[in-house]
This record gives sequence, C-alpha cells and structure tokens, in this order.
Amino acid sequence: MAFDYDKYIRPGKLPHIWCPGCGHGIVMKGLIRAMDTLGLKKENTAIVSGIGCASRLPGYIDCCTLHTAHGRAAAFATGVKLAKPEMNVILCGGDGDGTAIGGNHFIHACRRNIDMTYIIMNNYIYGMTGGQFSPATPTGHKASTTPYGNPDPCFDIAKLAIGAGATFVARGTAFHANQIDKLIVEAIQHKGFSVVEILDDCPTTYGRRNKYKSVIEMMNRLKEVAVPVKAAEKMTAEQLQGKILTGVLYKEEKPEYTAEYAKVIERAQAK
Amino acid sequence: MEKKLPKIEIIEKYCKGCHICVEFCPTKVLEMKGFYATVKNLEACIKCMQCELRCPDFAIKVITE
Ligand SMILES: Cc1ncc(C[n+]2csc(CCOP(=O)(O)OP(=O)(O)O)c2C)c(N)n1
Ligand code: SF4
Ligand code: SF4
Ligand code: SF4
Ligand SMILES: [Mg+2]
Repeated sequence: MAFDYDKYIRPGKLPHIWCPGCGHGIVMKGLIRAMDTLGLKKENTAIVSGIGCASRLPGYIDCCTLHTAHGRAAAFATGVKLAKPEMNVILCGGDGDGTAIGGNHFIHACRRNIDMTYIIMNNYIYGMTGGQFSPATPTGHKASTTPYGNPDPCFDIAKLAIGAGATFVARGTAFHANQIDKLIVEAIQHKGFSVVEILDDCPTTYGRRNKYKSVIEMMNRLKEVAVPVKAAEKMTAEQLQGKILTGVLYKEEKPEYTAEYAKVIERAQAK
Repeated sequence: MEKKLPKIEIIEKYCKGCHICVEFCPTKVLEMKGFYATVKNLEACIKCMQCELRCPDFAIKVITE
C-alpha cells in the first residue's frame, strides 16, 4: 500500500502554497511519517511555527497547531509545553525565522533543554519575502540584499544548537527524504530539546540567483555534499572538504526543563 | 514467476511539474508529459518508492500489494 498522508492533512488544504520543487513539502511528508511511526494522537500533538514559507507547515496538518509571530515559535511552544507537559510539542520554521529574528528564542530553548523537537528547514535564504540573505546564507552567495555576494560568515545551525545546549542534534537533507522521518522519530523520542536541521532548497529566490539551472541541480548538490557521520569517520580531512555531515550529530542526557520546573512547584507548595 | 507490478497514481491536481520524481527514478519509469509527470514504463518499476518519498506535492502514489 502507498502511505496514507491524507489521514494527517486538513481536508481541502492541498495543493499547498509552496513553489514547484520547494523542499518544504518533502520535510512535511517526513514529519507526517514520523507522527505515524510514533502513533502520535492529534489531540496530544502541537505543531508550532513562526513566519515564513517553512512556517506555513502547521496549517496543513490536522492536529493542534499554532502559527505565531516571526521568530517566536519557541516562546509560544514553551508556553504550551509548560502548561501541558504531557503534549508532544514540535516546532518548525525556516533559517531566517529561527536564526535571525528568532535566534535568541532558539538558543534559550536549547539552553533550557525543554522537551520539544525543533525542525528547522534551512534553505539559506528568506524565501517568503523575496530572497533577502539570512544568517545561514553562505559567504559569497547572492541574495536580493547581497547582489555582489554575501560578505558575512554564516551560522552552522546544528553547531549553534549544540553550543547552546540542545541535547539531541541531527541533520538531514530534502534530497534524502527517506532519512527525514527517522531523524524526526529519534528526536521526538529524545527527552530534552532536540533540533533537526534539514538542508532544503528554495529554487525560486535562492536557486536562480546562485546559478542553479533547475530544482534538479539543487537536489543534486544536496546529494553530493551530504556525508553520513559514520562514513565521515573513515574519511580524511581532505576528502571532507566542502562536505556537510548528516545523521545524528550529538546526543546527551541532561535534566529536562518541565521535570525540573515541576520540582520547583513542589518545593514552593511545600512551604 | 510473474513480476507483480505496482499501480502508480499521479494526481495532476497536485503535481507542480518539478521533475524530481522523473529525474531520480533509478529505472526511468516516469517521464514529463507536458506539465505533468506521467508513467512511461511501468514494467521497469522496482518499487523503491523514491518518487513517492521525494515528491514535495503529495502528487504521486506507488500502490503495492
Ligand atoms: C516582525 C516581522 N519582521 C519581518 C517579517 C517579514 N518576513 C516574513 S517571512 C520572513 C523570512 C522567512 O525566512 P525563513 O524563516 O528562512 O523561511 P522561508 O520563507 O525561507 O521558508 C520575513 C523576514 C515579518 N513577517 N514579521
Ligand atoms: S519562495 Fe522558496 S521557500 Fe518559499 S515556497 Fe517558494 S521555493 Fe519554497
Ligand atoms: S517506485 Fe522507484 S522505480 Fe518505481 S517509479 Fe518510483 S522511483 Fe521509479
Ligand atoms: S515530484 Fe511530484 S510534483 Fe514533481 S513532477 Fe513528480 S509528481 Fe509532479
Ligand atoms: Mg529560509
């Protein structure tokens, strides 16, 4: 049988608004398969996003959803999780939403190690607003606001998450569709703040400015740069030049925020 | 033994003609016909599901037994 995505999509919502070949749809399908694998109940699952093309994702999925303010998904999601710690809380959004305007919320959610999963779709650009550069736009690349090439160094989002204290960090790509749901399943199962960065494509505002002739060229680039962490162990520094590691990059067990907060409540009530 | 072929359904209402399924099918089962993807050579399908997994638009279903 073919996988039944319809069961998870709000009736009448397809076709979605994303451009032809935009990877956000591939990520959404991965999330749906992950929800199915874990048997997440819609009344017990909240998907929370900010603003941007990537942040339109929750609008399509039939469960509890919150489409909030730009960069603020983590703040709203933290509220949901603290009020209802038994809920599965999943955040999603783009590189712009999560690392520019929402960068502060992002690092502090990592630091707190609150039990939520953040899926960040990194297409290296502000897609929705016409292709302004984001903190994830690689140096030298073109955006509407950097027509002569971006002078800024860019964030490595996965490293940023690890540095800020996230206890599970993974990376995949829109090309490696089969892996997306598996990474998300592991991330959701992890007790603590988990980040799944998916390298994505925006053919409309990033691809055409950066000399990609087609969606296929962008997909081929994702195919070529990705190296699974296990394979990388056997490669030399030279062979790893220009490559990007994929798979589970970091995992550790640490006290989780809602559990710690419950103890605070207990202490306060014992007074 | 006769090979069991899947049924491949392409929902034109959803297909945005991105070429991804056509390009990355390992056995060249699919082709673009005008704007939409279509099945050209079902016999060659190895049911790897890559097309269904990668279609960003929920437009292709590979239905196996
Ligand atoms: C407070 C505020 N500032 C700016 C904007 C304009 N804005 C909308 S989406 C966006 C960037 C989205 O980029 P990203 O998160 O990478 O998502 P993508 O569209 O690339 O998927 C910006 C700057 C806004 N909506 N609200
Ligand atoms: S503008 Fe870019 S990110 Fe937005 S839907 Fe189109 S391809 Fe996707
Ligand atoms: S299932 Fe695999 S072989 Fe069959 S059409 Fe899809 S990509 Fe091609
Ligand atoms: S991948 Fe999907 S949207 Fe793209 S051409 Fe194939 S069926 Fe159409
Ligand atoms: Mg973006």
